[in-house]
Amino acid sequence: MEFAEHIKTANVEDVVLRQPLQPPSRGTLCITGHHLLFSDREESDSRQVLLLLRNIDAIEKRMSGSSGTITMKCKDLRVLQLDIPGMEQCLNIAHSIETLSCLDCVSAMYPFFYRPVDLSLPEQWGLSSPEMHYSQMKELYEKWRLSTVNRDYSVCPSYPPAVIVPKSIDDDTLKKAAKFRQGGRFPVLCYYHKKNGMVIMRSSQPLLGANRKRCKEDELLLQAVIEGSDKGYIIDTRSMQQAQQARMTGGGFESKSFYDRWKRFHRQMERGKALQESLIKLVEACGDESNNMDRWLSKLENSKWLSHVQNALSTAGLLVECVERDGHSVLVHGSEGTDCSLLISTLAQLIMDPCCRTMEGFLGLLEREWIQARHPFQQRCAHSAYSHARLQQESPVFLLLLDCVWQLWRQFPLALGFSEALLLRLATEVYASDYGTFLCNSDQERCALEVKERTHCLFRALLRPTERDYYSNPLYERTELAIWPSVHPQSLQLWKGYFLRWTQQVRHLEEAQEEIRNMVIEWGKLARS
Amino acid sequence: QKYYHYVHLFLQVEQVRLLDRFSNKSVHGTLYLTATHLIFILHHHIASVEKLSLTTSGCPLVIQCRNFRVVHFVIQRERDCHDVYSSLLRLLRPVCYEELYAFSYNPKQNDQQREEGWQLIDLGAEFERMGVPCDQWQLTDVNRDYKVCETYPRDLYVPVTASKPIIVGSSKFRSKGRFPVLTYFYQEKKAAVCRCSQPLSGFSARCLEDESMLQAISKANHNSRFLYVMDTRPKLNALANRAAGKGYENEDNYSNIRFQFVGIENIHVMRSSLQKLLEVTGTRSLSMSDYLVGLESSGWLRHIKAIVDAAVFLTRAVTVEGASVLVHCSDGWDRTAQVCALGALLMDPYYRTIKGFMVLIEKDWISFGHKFADRCDQLDGDPKEVSPIFTQFLECVWQLTEQFPQAFEFSEWFLLQIHEHVHSCQYGNFLGNNQRQREELQLRERTHSLWAFLMSEKRNHLNPFYSPAYSEAHPVLEPSTLPYHFKFWRSMYHQFDRSMHPRQSILKTILTLKENSRKAESTLQALESVSTLLHIPPATSRLPHSGSEEDEQEEVGEEATESTDTERTVEGSSGTESRKQSYGELEGTYNSDLVKEEPAVVSLEFGVARMTC
Repeated sequence: MEFAEHIKTANVEDVVLRQPLQPPSRGTLCITGHHLLFSDREESDSRQVLLLLRNIDAIEKRMSGSSGTITMKCKDLRVLQLDIPGMEQCLNIAHSIETLSCLDCVSAMYPFFYRPVDLSLPEQWGLSSPEMHYSQMKELYEKWRLSTVNRDYSVCPSYPPAVIVPKSIDDDTLKKAAKFRQGGRFPVLCYYHKKNGMVIMRSSQPLLGANRKRCKEDELLLQAVIEGSDKGYIIDTRSMQQAQQARMTGGGFESKSFYDRWKRFHRQMERGKALQESLIKLVEACGDESNNMDRWLSKLENSKWLSHVQNALSTAGLLVECVERDGHSVLVHGSEGTDCSLLISTLAQLIMDPCCRTMEGFLGLLEREWIQARHPFQQRCAHSAYSHARLQQESPVFLLLLDCVWQLWRQFPLALGFSEALLLRLATEVYASDYGTFLCNSDQERCALEVKERTHCLFRALLRPTERDYYSNPLYERTELAIWPSVHPQSLQLWKGYFLRWTQQVRHLEEAQEEIRNMVIEWGKLARS
Repeated sequence: QKYYHYVHLFLQVEQVRLLDRFSNKSVHGTLYLTATHLIFILHHHIASVEKLSLTTSGCPLVIQCRNFRVVHFVIQRERDCHDVYSSLLRLLRPVCYEELYAFSYNPKQNDQQREEGWQLIDLGAEFERMGVPCDQWQLTDVNRDYKVCETYPRDLYVPVTASKPIIVGSSKFRSKGRFPVLTYFYQEKKAAVCRCSQPLSGFSARCLEDESMLQAISKANHNSRFLYVMDTRPKLNALANRAAGKGYENEDNYSNIRFQFVGIENIHVMRSSLQKLLEVTGTRSLSMSDYLVGLESSGWLRHIKAIVDAAVFLTRAVTVEGASVLVHCSDGWDRTAQVCALGALLMDPYYRTIKGFMVLIEKDWISFGHKFADRCDQLDGDPKEVSPIFTQFLECVWQLTEQFPQAFEFSEWFLLQIHEHVHSCQYGNFLGNNQRQREELQLRERTHSLWAFLMSEKRNHLNPFYSPAYSEAHPVLEPSTLPYHFKFWRSMYHQFDRSMHPRQSILKTILTLKENSRKAESTLQALESVSTLLHIPPATSRLPHSGSEEDEQEEVGEEATESTDTERTVEGSSGTESRKQSYGELEGTYNSDLVKEEPAVVSLEFGVARMTC
């Protein structure tokens, strides 16, 4: 791919850049294949701004006389403005940004070109693999095995090559069960609760269809999961009505008659377009400074974002209740099993398992649940809240997860090993990144494009000592207990750090956070001396 | 239970269940009624008692407290319930001040300590700190005997050019005689913040003395050619007042004034707004949408924003334009107090310290005659006079502390403590409606001062993020009043609904760490001095381990060694209450183990400690 054909004007002098929280500055603008570079002309204290074009969600251009103004709305919710002299130059720049910011070709994206000098391409990409994960979980050996039935992605294109399943179920049974599940996503283990040996399983919906097909192998597989226990729970992330409607299109839910030892709960969770629209409305409300109190509250309510946060946390709470308090295994699915199922299984693990609450544990959890078990990042995060493009598959499920994790951190500020800054960093990286971690829609695609060989891994980068220090929670104190979140609406808050990130008030809060870190470090030194 | 010897028991009812208002939890216990307390609840906190219809498990009794605690008892026998109910109704309605708790409260102090407590705050010294008296402002003795205005304090500061006839004339033209006086002096620009009540202008009345008074205030500031007059009411209300012979200043009659309405609603609107808010937030299984819709329709945050907006306007006029401002509303003791106090808080870092904040409340609220007795319903009075004006002020301050985490010496616990005691009537500070009344009641001789108590507890109220350097760099705060910067104050309105609060507190952790490091430092210094004496290299000192290890518990945040001095934990966790929230459909199975670990009445200790007094 030749980027040059999209760049008619590469350099412009005498451009004014306006960005939040900083005075406007005048300097040179430069467009490259992946970046927008601005450097001001101040001799001393020179500032540079390097922006990934991929980060730009929408641009607006306004011409007046011989000059023009380009407003760039970024996926990290920043709004920047460029005043460019010369109409033609301005149009050229705008055109370049428009084209280059949403190129579809994955292998032309920046992560394939990102080669920092202090970092060589890793030998191991990612933190772990299903194989390594299994080998570290000795508790699993007795009843669970690692199946490589999907080694060539033929059984389920969206699963990794190795998955954990009950020992008593052979690969042939799995293959047949996979045919009964949408996209081949048969039930696999996603979490083992060491305290009581109960598990969380994850899958897609069963393909009952209108004539209520059944699948012996699928029933056997689930039966094997709860062997030795009196029952299991199924949490369906759709309402009863939605699940029934799904039968018309070939899907459905596990009926009582064929899965008699499974008790099913329906919890309607918003997904897809509705969730994206919720984000768009919320960001719009946050950006409108002309709102009075009533209009703001009404827009906040109307966006429904906080309802989604409440709903996700409370469904995850239900899941944890089943496993931790009630002592039973749970199967989670919605329809495809690649969005809400991941969201609540991830949250449930954070709530229950202290190992997932360290920085390493959290990133490992994200890798297992979202990268390996496959959330279609490429589709979901193609655009963020500002884009005027017609919505396709975009949906901010991962952002919703980060918001929920932030709510957990607010309620248990000592229990998580990482800070808000890490969540913000992830929220940015998922939309535009130097790293290959969030590229593609599945493991299969990643292999085909050699993502693991040709890009750097964000999670590994975040665990380097300097970054780790920066993103760690200075107040972290490991606790073995479950951290039950309160889901009262009064207990949940707008995530200001993200949605109002570019305001002065949030800066004050960040300064205070910084102050905590410094104090704690200072006291730590004192204690050691 | 040992404390019960000291108090006279009115009533004792066994086997009472206490229900949690947001879950299905309940605890069993015994209910005691004494002259001043209901177990842990001070009678005076109780805003209303309600007997609900009989249920199978017993007779419910719902008690709503002024600190927003709602207690739901179930008493087995209806007769007991009725006894408690009628006793409470009787006890709740004191008819004279002497019945209030402050007159029987005795914290084991001698007269000298009590007197010292009262001397802690000295408003004369406060005006001196501001730079008053000076060449333009002087102390006047015109109100020495409360003759000119009985709701004002004795000591008042006015422009040097305002003669006695002008003052007296002006006071006759102002509602309740509350003529313009100085409340804050911004030394840097010599600009003054003055306060008064509305003029009795009607449709056309004039008063030359009042006009001269304003002229004098304006002239006392050489930096500005005009004086702002802020009417904190909505214009419509002010217009309506004209029909009653009151109203607002006509710009044509007063030279060099700039008149401005700011539109804060009156006490009745505020009262019903809070009522609506509490109705919404008190709903069980409240959905997010209903919560946000309710928050909006209650209008509460809109009112809070209006007050902050007014304070910001005042602050800009004084600090940026260097103009003097005269603030009034109708009687000049509600909205005026809110705006003047909040404005001063934005302008002067001193008021953001613990001592300074006490001074501010003493000045703008207590001495200038905010009617605490009426607004907080201290005696059985007119329910239409009750209104959460002071609560709103505290909330505005809280909203500011959220925007400027480093600017305030105190944390929200301090604000909550003040709120608690404004209603508890345990201390004399807030009793009565004005200074004159307080003197008649001889409060200084017969009751104790809250400020001394809070000062002795200072350590508990500190904000660990407070940075005097920040205040030096930002003496004037410029808050944003965009709507999204205002939040629902959970710690105030759900203070006692513990399941709603964060289970771990950053504030508390930091305070503990700070304390530990302070100890470590002093240990270190001690060790160093010893080692220099003995010529040995410094030994390694370990951080003194504070608190004990957490016990085996199922939940996080239940620190077993919660201080026994019955300090309430606001953001943190309670010593005993566990968080067992239910997320939905799963029922039955673990409700049984939910209940068993709950100890008998949770907050008993807190109240008992008070009952010893």
